[in-house]
Amino acid sequence: MTTGRVRIAFDRLSVSFPTARGRMLVVDDVSYAIHDREFVSVIGPSGCGKTTTMNIVAGFMQPSSGAVTLDGKPIAGPGPDRGVIFQEYGIFPWLTVKQNIAFGLTLGANRQGAAVREEVCQRYMRLMGLSDFADAWPRMLSGGMRQRLALARAYAVKPQFLLMDEPFGALDAQTRSAMQDLLLQVLAAEGKTVMLITHSVEEAIYLSNRIVVMTARPTRIREIIDVPFAYPRTDALHESKEFGELRSHVRDLVMQEYAVQAKQSENVSG
Amino acid sequence: MRRTALILAPWLLLLCAWYALHYSGLVNPALVPTPHEVAVRFVELMRDRLPLDILMSTRRVFVGVICGIVLAVPVGFVLGWYRTIRTFIDPVINFFRALPPIALIPLVIVYFGVDELAKTVILFYASFFAGVIVMYEGISQISPIYVRVARTLGATDFEIFRKVIVPMAVPHMLTALRVALGVAWATLVASELIAAQQGLGALIQNAGSFFQLDIIYVGIICIGFIALLMDLALRMATRRFVSWQERIV
Repeated sequence: MTTGRVRIAFDRLSVSFPTARGRMLVVDDVSYAIHDREFVSVIGPSGCGKTTTMNIVAGFMQPSSGAVTLDGKPIAGPGPDRGVIFQEYGIFPWLTVKQNIAFGLTLGANRQGAAVREEVCQRYMRLMGLSDFADAWPRMLSGGMRQRLALARAYAVKPQFLLMDEPFGALDAQTRSAMQDLLLQVLAAEGKTVMLITHSVEEAIYLSNRIVVMTARPTRIREIIDVPFAYPRTDALHESKEFGELRSHVRDLVMQEYAVQAKQSENVSG
Repeated sequence: MRRTALILAPWLLLLCAWYALHYSGLVNPALVPTPHEVAVRFVELMRDRLPLDILMSTRRVFVGVICGIVLAVPVGFVLGWYRTIRTFIDPVINFFRALPPIALIPLVIVYFGVDELAKTVILFYASFFAGVIVMYEGISQISPIYVRVARTLGATDFEIFRKVIVPMAVPHMLTALRVALGVAWATLVASELIAAQQGLGALIQNAGSFFQLDIIYVGIICIGFIALLMDLALRMATRRFVSWQERIV
């Protein structure tokens, strides 16, 4: 399913951070491309540097060497063309649910009149099941509702890309599964080019076209795996034999990298 | 009904304890005037100098606190937001904060005389340092994620300031104001040691020289109640302005 044009291109990306013991290499020579309307999951041991690669796409960080381009152009900084969903939601607590969704549309970058704002809010509140909570304060919402709100707020400014950093990591299993289905549903309605950082092998397979398995730090590409299942996908997919085989394969790769990481930290402490 | 009873209960208890102390024989009754004696004196003074005293003191506290907070908010904001500046300025702030305003009175008299200005300076000093600490502690705890989210939605620096940072700073501003008000009332008597003719501090000072214990009690109770009323008013304002907050302190 990777026939579209290249939207996000990692070209020999390396990132290192200054530390007390000199520069630490975090991302080492990573090259791959994410195509139009493609859903790519990035998986690997925690702390390996996956989030760093996403932060560069989001515009929060600069590469140390190599380049990351969006539609062939270098990334200057964060922008409303890339919606970012964080694990900790980042819902503005001083705004109601509706005001949170409308926030982006009140900014100069994508300003809309009150009528359009209202319409956009209504649409996404309906889509995300938040209509009954339009005027509620975020503190009254559950974790799943907050994440739906974050998704609605990102969608409201019509980004072309969706960058998600372990968005469902803080949710319980049922809510997480429901969020995955909601995400697929929303993407079917309004397609985006998606980069998802996750720890969950099941989640990566269930949602993506392709999975990029990253190594322990400094992170490199271990393997890029095509996920052959057609959309729309349903929960029953989890039970299929092919899903199971793919799951064991990806899990093996990830577990091997966790083992490498464990050995590394032994060497450091020993 | 039940709520009113619960609110009144500790005050009634205090009143009872006060009477008990007076009649217990543990202390010389002449040294502890009874509540009703103090109340009678209060009514008497209300027909005399007390309204002016209250007015003068309240005005001094207001002017001092407002000047202090007007400066504390931007300074606290800068210190809270810029970690590097905070690292260097924090010790200086704590140095000045630790100095009791009363110790500065001789210097204030030398530099600012003995008029209203001198008293205002003392109250300004106390409220500034109380306010600035609350402000920058609060601002420095604002999670950077909100700024990141706003940026990804396309916000400019100015929009981030106006639509993210200011709303997050409002509760800390109100807390700083509350703390400054408390400190200012606590410093009031010290500031009115500087040759004040009117004011609750002056009333207490004068009464002290003439051993008029009941008047001292009137002055102290007035300060306490006015501070309490102001705090309640601010709390109500806080509730209105930041109803989104989980907990209203």
